[in-house]
Amino acid sequence: MSVQTWTFIFVFLTFGLYIGIAVWSRARSTSDFYVAGSDVPPLANGMATAADWMSAASFISMAGLISFLGRDGTFYLMGWTGGYVLLALLLAPYLRKFGKFTVPDFIGDRYYSKLARLIAVFCAITISFVYVCGQMQGAGIVFSRFLEVDITTGVIIGMAIVFFYAVMGGMKGITYTQVAQYCVLIFAFMVPAIFISILMTGVAIPQVGFGSELTESFGGGYLLDRLDGMSEELGFATYTEGQRSTQDVFFITAALMFGTAGLPHVIIRFFTVPNVRDARRSAGYALIFIAILYTTAPAVAAFAKTNLINTVDNVEYNQVPEWFTKWEATNLISFNDKNSDGRIQYVGDPEKNELEVNRDIMVLANPEIAGLPNWVVALVAAGALAAALSTAAGLLLVISTAVAHDLMKRSFSPSMTERQELLYARIAIFVAVIIAGYVGINPPAYVAQVVAYAFGLAAASFFPAIVLGIFQKRMNKHGAIAGMLTGFLFTAGYIIFFKTLNPSLDNPEGWWLGISPEGVGTLGTIVNLIAAYTVSKFTPEPPIEVQEIVQNIRLPGETVSR
Amino acid sequence: MSGNADTYWKSNLKIVSALLSVWFFISFGCGILFVDYLDQFRFGGFKLGFWIAQQGAILVFVALIYIYIYLMDKLDDKYNLESTKKDGADLINQKGASE
Repeated sequence: MSVQTWTFIFVFLTFGLYIGIAVWSRARSTSDFYVAGSDVPPLANGMATAADWMSAASFISMAGLISFLGRDGTFYLMGWTGGYVLLALLLAPYLRKFGKFTVPDFIGDRYYSKLARLIAVFCAITISFVYVCGQMQGAGIVFSRFLEVDITTGVIIGMAIVFFYAVMGGMKGITYTQVAQYCVLIFAFMVPAIFISILMTGVAIPQVGFGSELTESFGGGYLLDRLDGMSEELGFATYTEGQRSTQDVFFITAALMFGTAGLPHVIIRFFTVPNVRDARRSAGYALIFIAILYTTAPAVAAFAKTNLINTVDNVEYNQVPEWFTKWEATNLISFNDKNSDGRIQYVGDPEKNELEVNRDIMVLANPEIAGLPNWVVALVAAGALAAALSTAAGLLLVISTAVAHDLMKRSFSPSMTERQELLYARIAIFVAVIIAGYVGINPPAYVAQVVAYAFGLAAASFFPAIVLGIFQKRMNKHGAIAGMLTGFLFTAGYIIFFKTLNPSLDNPEGWWLGISPEGVGTLGTIVNLIAAYTVSKFTPEPPIEVQEIVQNIRLPGETVSR
Repeated sequence: MSGNADTYWKSNLKIVSALLSVWFFISFGCGILFVDYLDQFRFGGFKLGFWIAQQGAILVFVALIYIYIYLMDKLDDKYNLESTKKDGADLINQKGASE
């Protein structure tokens, strides 16, 4: 059977499964809709969190980015997993004890202020919206390449599916579809990785194959030594050595960690478990499930890079394998025969290099490059869709709760009935899906860039405000508001300055302290903390009821002592 | 009881800061600041620094969360802080009733 037939089968089966789950888990109350009735077992929540977290970027782009960054790719690996340690130790248990529905709920109640709540609503919507557009684009790319429909049709199919189960099931439907999507995406990621590891090193575990010797047909020697050697020979940077400055890698890693811990769609997952102990446990499960993919990705990156160089360098253009021509049609790979010798020169020197490879191709085309069976190639498409749709659903829920619960119910119309609130939540998801779909089909140039900066913004706004709210009883509304505003504006300003106003300065010499816009979220976090501390020193301490809330969330269980 | 709550919180802070020190040392220390120094040691096909940065740190993160779960469970038991029921369930029920 052809790749396309297999893809149709897999996509049809998995989508059928998601719809089945949605019908089975309909939301009947606002509590069902916002936090799945706080009844999700920790194991299931761990899987759902992992699927929620691992987006089209983790599944499609990350391994590819690492294979071109080499050791510097570390900031994605450590940044996007290390944040879970912060989440588990500093946020999840306390926010679960707090026991409400949303992140703005916490900010608004803890800082006893409508303004703080509104700022939190604004940040939550901005961050989630930027992020969801990227997911829709990812789904569009997969549809157009594997099912050969155009991107518009692809995005519309994706929108329809997400819309169906998010609107019907709310958090409950999303949680259980995410559990299924985790299984699909991890299977789809691991199968090709294991195949390639066996093919190239004879070891079935990719994490071990990563440090093993290549088989005879690949030339023998340790994989990483060989990759270093080939890279140097062709004039690329050595794979296992860093190219970026240490302080930049440091700041980017920290920004991604703080950002991970501050992303509202991840935080709200911990509101769905029954109690504090289960919140800690599900953070543990979530990181295990994430680590399976994240420790495999760098191995895949090294395998794919080696394989790519082996397959295309100095090969005659009319002899290239079939996948090469297919991906050329999508413009993700392009060949320009500069010296007209009919051969592909893939080298580090931009003057002589004749091959441009889009990073996203490394995971999507990897099974084809390695010559794996058609069903494995098709599996990757289903996995990528699962990753994109599960994250999109989680983000849409944040947008919908922010509008229906925090904006309508808590800020403007407290007398609203539960039924009305549920209706608003569903309408908000509907509108958000339409806008996200529109942006997915007509991506403005900046969206793809901005996705990466969502982390910096979350790091500079939510993360410090929540941590201070738990660990500093004395922190008051003036401090928190000042912190969130300065952190958010500083980070957004730095990014806009280098990305839109002065792109010519966007290089290591132009950056302030050598910190790239990707890493500025860390400075934003520090700015937030300093502003919050200073302002709170000169303003009155929070009311006694608020201090009691803080006292209360610090202790798990019902036996609260005052 | 309020004395108990304070000592519970202090023990909690101690656990969290000890684990976060390890977190910082492994990720930012071994994975970034001392990575070039550690690269002189090798095992199998890996340079040590490179391995920690791309594999080892993630495994340590998982271990840290599990140590935290274990220590906090023990601490909760010591202070009799049962959380077998739904925490905050009363809050949500009250809210539902008032609507």
